[in-house]
Parts: sequence; C-alpha cells; structure tokens
Amino acid sequence: MGDMNELEQALRSASLPPGDAGAAAAAGKLVARAEDEGLLEVAYGSVESPFGDLLAAVTPRGLLRLSYDPRRNDAVLEQIAAKVSPRVLEAPERLDPVRRQLEEYFEGQRQKFELKLDWRLTRGFFQKILRETARVRFGELATYKQMAEAAGSPRAVRAAGNALGSNPIPIVVPCHRIVRTGGKLGGYGGQLGPYIGGPEVKQRLLELEGALDADGRPRL
Amino acid sequence: MGVRLPPFQALLDEHGNDVYRFLVASLGREEADDSFQETFISALRAYPRLRDASNLRSWLFTIAHRKAIDAHRARARRAVLVEQVPEQADSGGLGLNGEPELWRAVRGLPAKQRAAVLHRYVNDLAYVDIGRVMGCSEDAARRSVHEGLKKLRTVWAT
Repeated sequence: MGDMNELEQALRSASLPPGDAGAAAAAGKLVARAEDEGLLEVAYGSVESPFGDLLAAVTPRGLLRLSYDPRRNDAVLEQIAAKVSPRVLEAPERLDPVRRQLEEYFEGQRQKFELKLDWRLTRGFFQKILRETARVRFGELATYKQMAEAAGSPRAVRAAGNALGSNPIPIVVPCHRIVRTGGKLGGYGGQLGPYIGGPEVKQRLLELEGALDADGRPRL
Repeated sequence: MGVRLPPFQALLDEHGNDVYRFLVASLGREEADDSFQETFISALRAYPRLRDASNLRSWLFTIAHRKAIDAHRARARRAVLVEQVPEQADSGGLGLNGEPELWRAVRGLPAKQRAAVLHRYVNDLAYVDIGRVMGCSEDAARRSVHEGLKKLRTVWAT
C-alpha cells in the first residue's frame, strides 16, 4: 500500500516546468482563430489616459465600453458578458484604433473621434440622451436641460443627468461637455456638475478642449 | 431563468493552465498545442448556449477529453499508415516535471485507464465528475482509475 500512495503522490505532483509559457502561447493564438471563426464577439484590453489606464471593449459593431475605475473591471466585464455576449476575450491589439485616437485627443491633436459605436449597453431614453450628447462638438458645452429638450422630454432634466451618469463610453460620447444651468457653485460635482470619472477629470477634459474661461467657469 | 455565464476570458485564465497540463500529460507537447486550440474554440462556440454554469471546470475537461481522444485516434491512424509508431508518441507527458518513466507508463495505459488516472490525479476531479467527463458511471470511473493504478504500480514499484 505504501508504494500506491507514493505513486499517487508522483501523479499528483505533475506540473509544467516553472515559468512554462506553453499555455500562454497557446491561449495567445486563440484570439486570431476565434476571430477567423466569427467567435470573437467582445475584445477588451486597457488603453492609456492621463487619468490612468482605461478598460476598453470593442465588438464587430464598434466601441462598446470605456471604463475609468480599474477596481470595477471584473464587474464591467461581467455586465458585458450578461448583456452583450459571454464570448469575451482579452485582445489588446483589437483596441489599437481606439488607443491611437484617444492618444491623439489627449495630445490635443484630435477633436473628433472616427469610431463606430456599439450602443447595446444602453437603451430607451438613456440611449436617446447619450446619442444627443454624442452630437455636442469639441469645445462646445450644453446643459442637462438642453439635452432633455433635445431628447424630446424637456422636463426630464434629472433623468437626463442619470443617463449621462450611466454613459458606457465616456470621453468618446462626451458627457463631460454637459454642465449645469447657470453659475451656481456648490453641490455634488460643483459648478460643472458630476462626472463619471470624477469632477476633476471633467474639469481637465474641458480645459483640454478650451471650454472653460480664465476663472475655470464654463463658457456657455 | 437564464444562466449567468462569466466572461469567457475568466475560464481561460482560471483553467487554461490545467487544461494545457492535462493535454501535455495525455498527448505530449507538440500535440497539446493543437488540442488546446481545438478545446477552447469548441468551448467558445458552445458557450453562449450552455445551460448550466455550475461546473465549468468539468465542462472544459469534457471537451478536452474528447479532443485528446481525437488526437490519439489520429495518431493511431498515422501509425498504421507508416507502419510504425511515430517518435513523438513516446513524449507523452514528458513535458511535465517529475518522473519520465512514470509518464511513459501512463501513456502506455489503455485509453480509458489513462484518461481516468489523469482526470483523477492530474486534474484533481472527483469521481462523479470523471464519470461525467468520460460519459460513464461514477463506479466505472473509480474502477478505471483503480485498474490504471494497479498497472502503473507494476512498472513503478521496480
């Protein structure tokens, strides 16, 4: 019985040599194969920004998601799996166009993103508000009220705010260009209004776009 | 009620190494690579239709098990064609740390016993899951493991 246990031990201790890259290499080849067979439905990876790495996800339809908070990456991917497709693979090279355009934007070399968008993470009134938001151009500002009006529900100002707060594709769908009506200071998010990436990020994006005056007030 | 499937990448991250190790033990390194691709492409294809997400590990091993059988059969066909056992048939499991003699002996077991032994000791699956993976009863799985071990011991105990 003694050698039986020894035998079992020897079998159990089977391991790949330390640092073996075989599995990683095999997994790496999987993305190309999955794409060839039409099975790569969501590709994700991280892209750099002045505010830290963003999680980005694309589908064959276009850019699906940009997310600021790395602590939420797992939750973001789980939501994508549930709402869009569970065929989600890490494929950073599929994000190259997004990466390049964001880099140009942050360097002040790009005012308009030329990316197709996949709107599947938002629906109904929220999607309507966000599609209107996507039309607000670089350096311009609009108010929550104007967005509600543009979406055909002038009284739904609060709901418009919630829609912007749920924006799955910040920066590219420029919810940072939507600010509060009037010059009132104070309240959550201050004068500029709240932002999905935090009020400081909103301020820096608007500075980059030259949308604030010398006192840091929105040029409405 | 819908099943909540994790992003496929999570399966790859969590079980990819173990599936690869199983395929190396079963087939040797050269063929493990191809079978790994086949396993995960098949899994990816079937994934959205999966109705039970409670044991994704044994689901993946079920697919890997079939791919390993396919590879063994393809090898046997090639061997018949060239009328000799190809060189790499001997490398089964030799990509693993430990006892080359033992892995050679495992490779020499009858298909069912070999698979059962690997699922039990390398993949650390419970007998009920081995039965599920191999498409047999829990008792049959236990028997195959036991017979495989008995055979290995004759080699190992020398």
